[in-house]
Amino acid sequence: MKYICLGYIAEGKFESMPEAERNAAIDACFTYDDELRAKGHFAGGHGLQGPRTAATLRWENDGVVVTDGPYAETKEQLGGILILEARDLNHAIQIMSKHPGVKMGPFEIRPAADLDGMIRESEERRA
Amino acid sequence: MPETAEVRERLEALYREESGRVLATLIRLLGDFDLAEDAVHDAFAAALERWPRDGIPDNPRAWLVSAGRFKAIDTLRRRARFDAAQEHLADELEGRMESANPDGGVEDDHLRLIFTCCHPALSPEARVALTLREVCGLTTEEIARAFLVSPPALAQRIVRAKARIRDERIPYQVPSSDELPRRLGTVLQVVYLVFNEGYSASSGDSLTRPDLSAEAIRLGRVLVALLPDPEVLGLLALMLLQESRRAARTSPDGELVTLENQDRSLWDRALIAEGLALVDRAMQSPSPGVYTLQATIAAVHARANMAEETDWPQIVALYTELLRISPSPVVELNRAVAIAMAERPEAGLAVIDRILERGELRNYHLLHAARADLHRRLGSFEAARAAYEIALGLTRQETERRYLEKRRQELKA
Repeated sequence: MKYICLGYIAEGKFESMPEAERNAAIDACFTYDDELRAKGHFAGGHGLQGPRTAATLRWENDGVVVTDGPYAETKEQLGGILILEARDLNHAIQIMSKHPGVKMGPFEIRPAADLDGMIRESEERRA
Repeated sequence: MPETAEVRERLEALYREESGRVLATLIRLLGDFDLAEDAVHDAFAAALERWPRDGIPDNPRAWLVSAGRFKAIDTLRRRARFDAAQEHLADELEGRMESANPDGGVEDDHLRLIFTCCHPALSPEARVALTLREVCGLTTEEIARAFLVSPPALAQRIVRAKARIRDERIPYQVPSSDELPRRLGTVLQVVYLVFNEGYSASSGDSLTRPDLSAEAIRLGRVLVALLPDPEVLGLLALMLLQESRRAARTSPDGELVTLENQDRSLWDRALIAEGLALVDRAMQSPSPGVYTLQATIAAVHARANMAEETDWPQIVALYTELLRISPSPVVELNRAVAIAMAERPEAGLAVIDRILERGELRNYHLLHAARADLHRRLGSFEAARAAYEIALGLTRQETERRYLEKRRQELKA
């Protein structure tokens, strides 16, 4: 079963860390990701550039409006996503509890939705 | 060499059958629940990779245990690069492995795991969730669906239970003989809770959830093999005899059929034969316990080919004994219904009314349903209707509600 893990981090937190500490944290995260890869738990993922680099699209008055910045202005912003292969929710929790990234900001774990039925129905409607 | 698909299928079956036992041994060898769980997953993943190439080993469980412990040491060594304490732990584990016999005491390991998951320091809900996940190999999502709770809420229950086991240093062992009866009590209670949730779902729109009952029976069989105490036999017998009536309990359109009206040719004869044999063994105990007595009552029903042939005086006697060793108003209610059948409805009604006068079971829908039924038999339709209405207001179960409603409607005709 696939779980999408959304990693959040307070803006500027990373930049404000002393270099040695930052490097140690990065190394620990990547080491753990390698461990997840070796065990077949890592099904994909990406770190994200800062929220200031975001462009948000919105449908307004019959047209798309583009604004700069993230969808929501909150203290903690999405910093990266990881797609995890785990047996069940407790297994996912167990794996992510040991991820060094959790020390920098919260993880939100969500099971991937099974859209097969929805896709099939939509295909029937479009046929 | 076996095909990958064949190995995958075999491993899925092995996971259901053996993951609890593999985990149980790894917890003993590694001394850590989470590390052991991780190792079980790694071992199964390693099997999926290796078995198509090397063939399926003669003793898959021993292979999985062995693979799991090496994987666990690997994990600790890898973590040691950032946490020196892990290095020491890995060394210690490696040393301990050499002296430990991985296959020795496998039966005890399995029991250790069951007793730990059903430890009295955990709440009853936590015991059920932990047992189904760790011993039976169900996923968090499956358990959450069966008990109609949200997966994150159930996941938290499991996380907290495991933290409790760790923080309170609950020992990973089978209780000593003086503690055993009490501790076995909580284990049997967990198994029976799981069975009952599957046999007569307490809420929701379907009367039964067969998967949970099957899981409880599987667990009951495991316990009988590991610890053939008379009450363990009694519990398995009780579950098998109740399960034997499943097909007859609901009509083709999903409606409830009471014992009296069931088509007894639908009863599962194989389950009955197995249950009756277990009852005979359990009843050899000098002091039969609550599950054995309930199983014996179920056996009296199972032996009657027609409802009219039921030996009600025998059932009354068994309920009287059950009430003596484990007094409860619910047992008293069941005994009242048996008295009504063995003697006259008035006699049963009198007992039920005494329970109510004491202020007990006032909100128990089955008491009012039984009361309604006895009034109906006596022809006092007004009293029957009033009692059905109280019962209807109290039930949370859709099929039961429809049954009571139908009975109430029939009174008007």
